[in-house]
Amino acid sequence: MSQSTQTPAPARYTWGGDEFLFVEIAESMSLTANFTANAMATRLSAQAIDGVTDICPANASLLVRFDPDVVPPDQLEALVREAEEEVAQLNEQTLETRIIEIPVWYDDPYTRETGARFRKGHQRPEGTDLDFAAEENGLASPQEFIRRHHESPWLVSMVGFVAGLPFMFQIVPQEEQLEVPKYLSPRTDTPPLTVGHGGCFACIYSVRGAGGYQMFGIAAAPIFDPAQKLADFSDFMIFFKPGDIVKFKPIDEDEYKAIQAEVDAGTFTYRQAPVTFDLQKALADPTAHNRDIMETLNGL
Amino acid sequence: MAFSILEPGLATSVQDQGRLGYYNVGIPQGGAMDQLSASMANALAGNAATDAVLECAYLGPKFTTDADAVIAVTGAPVEVRVNGTTADQWTRLSLTAGDEVSFGMLSGGTRYYIAVQGGIDVPLVLGSRSTYALGALGGFQGRTLKAGDVVPVGPAPTSASRRLDSIPDELRPAYAREVSVRIMPGLYDHRLTAEGMETLVTASWKLTPVADRTGLRYSGPDIEWKPRTQPFGAGSDPSNIVDAGYAIGSIQVPGGKEPIVLHRDAVSGGGYAMVATVISADMDVVARSAPGTVTHFEPVTMEQALTARADAARIRRSVWE
Repeated sequence: MSQSTQTPAPARYTWGGDEFLFVEIAESMSLTANFTANAMATRLSAQAIDGVTDICPANASLLVRFDPDVVPPDQLEALVREAEEEVAQLNEQTLETRIIEIPVWYDDPYTRETGARFRKGHQRPEGTDLDFAAEENGLASPQEFIRRHHESPWLVSMVGFVAGLPFMFQIVPQEEQLEVPKYLSPRTDTPPLTVGHGGCFACIYSVRGAGGYQMFGIAAAPIFDPAQKLADFSDFMIFFKPGDIVKFKPIDEDEYKAIQAEVDAGTFTYRQAPVTFDLQKALADPTAHNRDIMETLNGL
Repeated sequence: MAFSILEPGLATSVQDQGRLGYYNVGIPQGGAMDQLSASMANALAGNAATDAVLECAYLGPKFTTDADAVIAVTGAPVEVRVNGTTADQWTRLSLTAGDEVSFGMLSGGTRYYIAVQGGIDVPLVLGSRSTYALGALGGFQGRTLKAGDVVPVGPAPTSASRRLDSIPDELRPAYAREVSVRIMPGLYDHRLTAEGMETLVTASWKLTPVADRTGLRYSGPDIEWKPRTQPFGAGSDPSNIVDAGYAIGSIQVPGGKEPIVLHRDAVSGGGYAMVATVISADMDVVARSAPGTVTHFEPVTMEQALTARADAARIRRSVWE
């Protein structure tokens, strides 16, 4: 039986106090678990259930906030279980989404300087987070790690922690996933737009603050814009949505500065194109799947 | 009209009942940490319960009003001064244009609230006036107040405002040095050993100074996790999970040490297993706790949590009836 046709184990339902229902779809991270979380969230949002205030899909789980004075807990659980059942019955597991090019200055001086300040207590006190990440993955050099980081696209599997921060899961077979342990003790500072990595997840820190992910580079353009100055933020102050697909593009200092100037002038827009994410195809032949969706972006 | 801030205090922010509906993108509910006290301040000032107030932590602001105003101060016990003269808390106060309001030292708790008739009139952002400082969003320019700020106050309500002059003693919350907080075990509680859960609900936990609007950390004995082979993507420690959404009020125990209760400015998700959640009725109790407060986590069922919720709602409503 191929991975794609296995019937997933039923999700685990549990309460987070009297206002939160938590649904653990799977203990392990996988594209399938994430697809289920997002598909359930989409269905439940469309139902606009009275008393449900927040529907938060995560990597392999779903958190629903409700007002038990409006929708009793057992009634809510029944509705969410129905959504789970419907998603399990889907014949076609596809998502109409978009691929976005995110320019990143890898091994930049900002994250390098911050990393140097928090070397004490790091798994690898000498060198950089990139050196550590390359070693952890048995790669010859940081450059090799950077290449692996940007050559295959990533699925935004969850948005959160702080406002607009995307968690991303690389669309490659599990044995090719880049895995890097988090900091042993979290940093108290992270530059805004740091591209980080913890476990199997990449992230982009939307705001300056604490963080525990290893730091590899800095994104050139904002992903959270409360003033909604740039065109990409005209509808909403947060750029990423679960299900977005990200292709990192390595840039150098000059390109970084050019993009920053566009951002300051209010003229920057992300390169992006609509694509269909097909779960079965991504699982069966990720190379072909990724080539197809990246061609959409390159064809712009 | 407006308040001119002469001294900002330690962390004075504009808060209301919070901002629901954006937790899925990482924006927490926010709002007054101690909702009951904030609601009572609004009732005294003749506002709606939804109006925005100033939340003060420990060290309060010093400000003047440019017009006659009706205010009320509720929450943690603190000396209120109008033009240097002591005034009452939990009571409707009338100010004259030019009056200066300042505060003495706290004698318990952590946060107190200033409501003004008309409400603090900052723009609604995503449906709320609450300050989300980490995202520089909402409130007064997305931040805590600074000296020199001129904080706008809305027009007094045109409908007959309420004439509640004072909150009766029996309705005022307590600020005890030892509290019981009811929790519902759940989420990832099955990953603790039986002894680990027993420790959580029997130990005396002491609130550490690491306590803010995001979360509060407690010191006490270690809590034991079951050893296990971690699932793919979860991280190496038994207290790690594949990053998931965090319930507000949920309790996590990173590495089996020092439980953290997430509060109204919670980070919306992360990679630490939660093992229980403070029930909605007791979130205000946690909010009122000062560092050093001895805390007992008392396990309850959903049914008990819903009964406590109804009781809390009755008290909250009583000052509006």
